[in-house]
Amino acid sequence: MSVRRVTVLTGAALRQALPKVQLAVRRAFARQVGVSCRSLHSTRPLFQHETFDPATIERESDEVDVCIIGGGPAGLSAAIRIKQLAEDEGRDIRVLVLEKAGEMGAHTLSGAVIEPRALNELFPEWRDNPPSPLTPVKDDAVKFLTEKGSFPLPLPPQMHNEGNYIVSLNHVVKWLAEKAEELGVEVYPGFAASEVLYNEDGSVKGVATNDVGLGRDGKPKSTYERGMEFHAKLTFFAEGCHGSLTKQIVKKFNLRKGIDPQTYGLGLKEVWEVPAENWKEGHVSHSLGWPLKKDTYGGGWMYHFGENLVSVGLVIGLDYPNPYLNPYMEFQRMKHHPMYADVLKGGKCISYGARTLNEGGYQSVPRLTFPGGVLIGDTAGFLNVPKIKGTHAAMKSGMLAAEAAVKALASDAPGAIQLYDYETSIKDSYVMKELYEVRNVRPSFHTKLGVYGGLLYSGIDTLILRGKAPWTFKHPSTDAAATKKASECEPIEYPKPDGELSFDLLTNVARTGTNHEEDQPVHLQVEDWVKHAEAAYPDYKGIENRFCPAGVYEYIDDEKSAVGKRFQINAQNCIHCKTCDIKVPTQDINWQVPQGGEGPQYTLT
Amino acid sequence: MSQKLRILTPVKRVLDYALKPRVNKTQTAVDIAGMKQSLNPFDEIAVEEAIRLREKHKDRVEDILAASIGPVKAQDCLRTAMAMGADRSAHIEVPESEAPEPLAVAKILKALVEKEGSNVVILGKQAIDDDSQQTGQMLAGLLGWSQATCAAEVKVEGDEILVTREVDGGTETVKAQLPIIITTDLRLNEPRFATLPNIMKAKKKPMQKLKPSDLNVEYKKSFELLKVQEPPTRQGGAKVGSVDEVVAKLKEAGVI
Repeated sequence: MSVRRVTVLTGAALRQALPKVQLAVRRAFARQVGVSCRSLHSTRPLFQHETFDPATIERESDEVDVCIIGGGPAGLSAAIRIKQLAEDEGRDIRVLVLEKAGEMGAHTLSGAVIEPRALNELFPEWRDNPPSPLTPVKDDAVKFLTEKGSFPLPLPPQMHNEGNYIVSLNHVVKWLAEKAEELGVEVYPGFAASEVLYNEDGSVKGVATNDVGLGRDGKPKSTYERGMEFHAKLTFFAEGCHGSLTKQIVKKFNLRKGIDPQTYGLGLKEVWEVPAENWKEGHVSHSLGWPLKKDTYGGGWMYHFGENLVSVGLVIGLDYPNPYLNPYMEFQRMKHHPMYADVLKGGKCISYGARTLNEGGYQSVPRLTFPGGVLIGDTAGFLNVPKIKGTHAAMKSGMLAAEAAVKALASDAPGAIQLYDYETSIKDSYVMKELYEVRNVRPSFHTKLGVYGGLLYSGIDTLILRGKAPWTFKHPSTDAAATKKASECEPIEYPKPDGELSFDLLTNVARTGTNHEEDQPVHLQVEDWVKHAEAAYPDYKGIENRFCPAGVYEYIDDEKSAVGKRFQINAQNCIHCKTCDIKVPTQDINWQVPQGGEGPQYTLT
Repeated sequence: MSQKLRILTPVKRVLDYALKPRVNKTQTAVDIAGMKQSLNPFDEIAVEEAIRLREKHKDRVEDILAASIGPVKAQDCLRTAMAMGADRSAHIEVPESEAPEPLAVAKILKALVEKEGSNVVILGKQAIDDDSQQTGQMLAGLLGWSQATCAAEVKVEGDEILVTREVDGGTETVKAQLPIIITTDLRLNEPRFATLPNIMKAKKKPMQKLKPSDLNVEYKKSFELLKVQEPPTRQGGAKVGSVDEVVAKLKEAGVI
């Protein structure tokens, strides 16, 4: 009989040893489920001394043929196309769409002037019962702004909007969702897919929705409910720009090997009701220049649509170097320029929101297929920057993936499905052809000549070379890495909002209708708030507070902190734009889905 | 032997509580076109309470029926209620343009109660769009039943119900006999999430589709809404530096 030595700890010794014991338990648990305990999990596993471990509860699961993550233009177009083809062929294909917003379209925000090309293919008779509001574009203008004046710029061929429509993309998505349900697609808004599930061979098995009813400390509350699993033969990731699950997929399957990093812009938007005398139906105008300096890419827009409604906004390239730049405040002061003020004067702002968009174009499109799934829509990144249009490309990518999927599902071959046909068909389609033609426009703004160099080169490339140049510019770095240190840059003084044309951030955030339950794990995952402040504040002096268009991040004076500031995350304000995950120079903010049904509730965006 | 409980939980579809209401251009109504509408939070609490009663008194609760009076879209709210745990639902359709008034709703609910043989009605104390706080009380009056409004706690003991109510001075506990109308207040419970598996199962639960005429109720409007306007915008205050300044400002305003 062997004697095993047992150490019994009591009192003070126990209190001292407890953290080590917890760590040992944590590591053992992590080893058991096969994850590194240092990685940030989708659904945060609970380590502290809980009485039961919810992760051990089995989740309910369901089998579908195709599971689509994200109910935006790409996801819904894919779902609709699958059902249309299945009906044509007399087959039954079960399609399910999971959408984190409480209502379809609630998280969708875009300018938007859409090219109806993909919509014409999906529903040739869509004009008989179209989404509303729908305003055909009547005229286009591009201006270069100085502080008080402006002068017109020639319109590049891509920006002619004849035949295009000004819409509220939020309403278009609602319309697409109704059409999808009519065709038998199972659409579930209010459920966020938070975890990708894998088969033993490493292929994608499906997804799981997140657990709800966890408290801020990660422990289950009385309303705790375990998420649900969906096992699918094919999983389409259609999460929109910089999707959170897509981020994991790209890493796992190394989809970006040999490909330029994706670069992004942040679009901030307001919808105004203006006096009738200021409103010109179907008028589309864009502006470059003021208030942005030559080292910052971006421009404003103003679209007159609906009835006396104006969509106004500013896109700023997130590769901006100055950490003192505040995109929201730039937007607010831009509205004071006569070009915008003359229209908005006397009007009422009824909606506000923000969302990042892809600017990388051709060079940044990753590999799109992997065993068990594909990337469609903006989560892959098909937005045509000079055209400022991505909806038609997103929809078309969804439709192409659907066609490849229907063909692949017909075969009974064992093993995970990999839709190589989709990669080929999208290269041959107008989606990639368009991107190829304009591939050098956006990168031409990365040089020291800034905006001027870009405009000059773009003019030559689009009007004369027509994209046929024998070279392809690269994107030099990620947006986060392009940020200079605060010590190398000038702070910017922004004028105070006047409450009539411009508004303070929190007033506008109330217009997003965003809400999250306070007592849940913070979905903007930063491993250590104190360490983050110490790492980020000295170099960037609170950049997070400035780039977030919803006031989530704050640095509060705190004498006890080593840098004099305490970092705080007000996750409730989040509008799911993904700027923080992209821009934070220390790249340690991981955006993850909060409980389903939460987040902004955009109207007319 | 205690009576079996047949619970009716009427619910209303209203503008989501997180959204800011706007007055429409003609100042005749709140503009909710295209904005998210959801289950009235107080009604959600009512449905939750009905389900908790069943969990506590397993054999006594025979049936939980969710009902809604409204346009076709109100069926979404009924599906949420069924996903939370209601057994079946009834949708009484009225045109979208005519927002139901409390007395009309109470009359329809009375007819529904008599048709279904309910003996407990749990509903929200008020709807967050009109804040009338009348329907529960009117229903009790029409039926001649006990009523316990603004409930913060409900206990069932045999055929008697003990309800702790929120009142201005604090709380008050009343004891009532069945049948009873209970209206819920915020502190009663925290409603559960409708999980995806339950939503999928709820699609199979029965939903009756009725019109007011099916219940022999004449549905008509008694009120004409003359005008809706936003409250006056808040005037900015001014910060003062000393007591003398406060006094001077008050004198200026003519208050002292």
